[in-house]
Amino acid sequence: MAHRETFYEVMRQHGITRRSFLKFCSLTAAGLGMGPEFAMKIAHALETKPRTPVIWLHGLECTCCTESFIRSGHPLASDVILSMISLDYDDTLMAAAGHQAEELLEQTIEKYDGNYILAVEGNPPLNEDGMYCIQGGQPFVEKLRHMADHCKAIIAWGSCASWGCVQAARPNPTRATPVHKVIRNKPIVKVPGCPPIAEVMTGVITYMIAFDALPELDRQGRPKMFYSQRLHDKCYRRPHFDAGQFVERFDDEGARKGYCLYKVGCKGPTTYNACSTLEWNDGLSWPVKSGHGCLGCAEDDFWDKGSFYSAVTNMKVMGSAEADADKVGKVLAGAAAIGVAAHAAASVVSHMSDKSRKEVRHD
Amino acid sequence: MTKTVTANGFALDTSGQRVVVDPICRIEGHLRIEVNVDEDNVIRNAVSTGNMWRGLEVILEGRDPRDAWAFVERICGVCTGVHALASVRSVEDALGIQIPTNANHIRNLMMLNQYVHDHLVHFYHLHALDWVDVVSALSANPRQTSALAQSISNWPKSSPGYFRDVQNKLKRFVESGQLGPFANAYWGSPAYKLPPEANLMAVTHYLEALDFQKEICKVHTIFGGRNPHPNWLVGGMPCSINVNDTGAVGAVNMAWLNLVSDIIDRSIEFIDQVYIPDLKAIASFYKEWGYGGGLSGKNVLSYGEFPMAANDWSNDNLMMPSGAILDGNLSQIYEVDTRDPDQVQEFVAHSWYSYDDESRGLHPWDGVTDPNFKLGPNAKGTKTNIEALDEDAKYSWLKAPRWKGNAMEVGPLARYIIGYAMGRDDIKGPTDDLLGALGLPVSALFSTLGRTAARGLEASWAAHKQREVFDAMMANIKAGDTATANMDLWEPASWSAQAKGVGMAEAPRGALGHWIKIKDTKIENYQAIVPSTWNASPRDPAGNIGAYEAALLGTPMADPTQPLEILRTIHSFDPCLACASHVISPDGQELAVVKVR
Repeated sequence: MAHRETFYEVMRQHGITRRSFLKFCSLTAAGLGMGPEFAMKIAHALETKPRTPVIWLHGLECTCCTESFIRSGHPLASDVILSMISLDYDDTLMAAAGHQAEELLEQTIEKYDGNYILAVEGNPPLNEDGMYCIQGGQPFVEKLRHMADHCKAIIAWGSCASWGCVQAARPNPTRATPVHKVIRNKPIVKVPGCPPIAEVMTGVITYMIAFDALPELDRQGRPKMFYSQRLHDKCYRRPHFDAGQFVERFDDEGARKGYCLYKVGCKGPTTYNACSTLEWNDGLSWPVKSGHGCLGCAEDDFWDKGSFYSAVTNMKVMGSAEADADKVGKVLAGAAAIGVAAHAAASVVSHMSDKSRKEVRHD
Repeated sequence: MTKTVTANGFALDTSGQRVVVDPICRIEGHLRIEVNVDEDNVIRNAVSTGNMWRGLEVILEGRDPRDAWAFVERICGVCTGVHALASVRSVEDALGIQIPTNANHIRNLMMLNQYVHDHLVHFYHLHALDWVDVVSALSANPRQTSALAQSISNWPKSSPGYFRDVQNKLKRFVESGQLGPFANAYWGSPAYKLPPEANLMAVTHYLEALDFQKEICKVHTIFGGRNPHPNWLVGGMPCSINVNDTGAVGAVNMAWLNLVSDIIDRSIEFIDQVYIPDLKAIASFYKEWGYGGGLSGKNVLSYGEFPMAANDWSNDNLMMPSGAILDGNLSQIYEVDTRDPDQVQEFVAHSWYSYDDESRGLHPWDGVTDPNFKLGPNAKGTKTNIEALDEDAKYSWLKAPRWKGNAMEVGPLARYIIGYAMGRDDIKGPTDDLLGALGLPVSALFSTLGRTAARGLEASWAAHKQREVFDAMMANIKAGDTATANMDLWEPASWSAQAKGVGMAEAPRGALGHWIKIKDTKIENYQAIVPSTWNASPRDPAGNIGAYEAALLGTPMADPTQPLEILRTIHSFDPCLACASHVISPDGQELAVVKVR
């Protein structure tokens, strides 16, 4: 096998100084929520490792994950693709087509058996012998299984690969099935969201390459670094929730003042994601900041949890599991301080264990 | 019989060698193309197959119509937002909701912004490598590349040193042996015509455009909260405007409006100083490659888009006109009525669905979708290992939409032909200028290159129209109107028991329609007919072939084992197969089940 360049060598060849390289490592460590001591670990890893091959497959999906990925501001998608990984197959971006494209899959298995990352966008449909998603004349699910057999680990991009998403919403006519229900013999990192945040995607893949390890996952298989907090916990509109100041209907006085969107259906209280902290598109905004409630798109089954405009009622934060929006509003308007205390206590409880968190989610 | 002439006038010959290209890469979704080539390697028969089906409409049945936009937005993340827009329009049409002026401006801005983003990414990242040889760029002289770049544009990043750096970066990448997305492609093919310097310039801009595209879409992030998949609202837009009152920082305020204005300026600059000069330069080396016209010189369709005044769909009020042209007669523009049951219809004789009577088409309000996956008697391979399809039978997950029984081409070229035929100055002027600069007649538009050129012209048109719309919105805000949503009919209790509506849009890829029926406040039936279903359509019972199939005919291939020419023409349509193949009606639920391994 020819000498494979390390990430560091590629960076140097691109005119990046060692000083800039180390700065990049520090920023990466900080971006991943880790201390400065990890910066040198990242630097060591990137100095000594060749670019990791990534095979990116597409099943039933809408390509929003790929589109989100190329929105990444730090690192830029062009740097990820040209310098950090070796994107050896991605039918959305690759120059080759037909059998020239498919040959690359076998070449990757031959050269890197057990050493490539399989990134999956979308999911396989299992009805009709899998032929609701055909690639090269064959069911996508077979391609997925074949490439999974030889990979090192799988990244399930987005809510399709992680949970099933929109085509799996009731009644799931094609029997679209998330990756973990088809592939059971490989580690899977779920990066849910419809789509996931760009910097979450590049953050996860950068972590895996820099540390040569899977990120720490919660019980549902999501990286804790990005999915361990509810949007509501870090929402900049949270003080309005605590003060009982709500948008009652779109474009009302409250909406123009940036009040809490809870009563017009925001799913922030039950959604684990990084939108309210990292935000979207270089940290410019996120759904709540632009006036619409969170759809809950990173959560399993979010399409089938009632209207996007119905207030969340399964939040055990008001001292009443079944409190509806109006009751919540009244409680809070009348006793904001109690609301804060109850909510804070509930947040602590919900973080004590994954088990209790799951209960909060599924009540 | 191997030789036939289709109902829409195309000669087919299936006697030659069959070439299968699956997957077609650098598109959205999963598409298969099969062609027959004659002894001179000229394409004499073409078969376009949609390879996927998701069934979103049945999923919508029984749901709240106000939620529908979020579901259908997930039809496509590349042309993100366009289905959401068609959806909220269909619900507003059904319920008789008038949207405020600002909401109309914001929607126009978001759609124009989508045109700019989508067309730019298509040109550089999905299409350019059909014309640009990446490996040839390695042998370019950076000084001459700089001279070339400076001779066609004022774009500042054009020094010899800049191009040398990019070239060195590229060399290191190639020398690493890990070619990533450029591996196993068609570099060095005689079909590539650009000199090394033009290749280096284009590859450099491929990388620049990849970095810049993430800036363009920030208009969506401000008004819709994120991109891809921004948020929308039945009745208007969810983002309130507050420029001079308490809490303005919690709404669309002056700082954000200034950012939108800045993005518009930067978009115009990039499109006019990078995209358009590159397009002209590349086209000038391929002028003799006049293939791929297909249906464009015959039948084209546009629903029209960008109402200047809110809630008015008359052609005089639309920035991009609606209309249909038949048989290449540019002197007659037909009016399009999407409610007329005899105009837009879908057929399934060659699609993997069943109708009671497959000789007839159905209007989407009465649409039926009953999946029926089976291969024809002359298909090769097995049901789960298809080697070659039988196009005389069913062969695609796409239905065949027709306008008054005619196969139609939709998209930027269709819109430009219609606008040109109507004599719209903002369309005809730039088109004539481009043709003049290249020394080409108007008929040169009806080609693969014409499709690619129209998309570029339209990207520039849309970038500049963003400025007009933004200024109109600011004038409206200045006049004291800050409303963004009409919530008078928000509550389902205010709706009539039964309603039906249609939401039209011109998506970047062409005519898009969503048809909805509402009963007792829930969705009773939902159907979408999308641009790529028109263009990638299979045959219909009368034997008319669709736009992809027609456009491939007559094209010589330099080497049939290297499908470069097929990719050029198919990519010129900017296929979006997740969009194209998702239609299903309530009948489609009883499906076979296989075991999970």
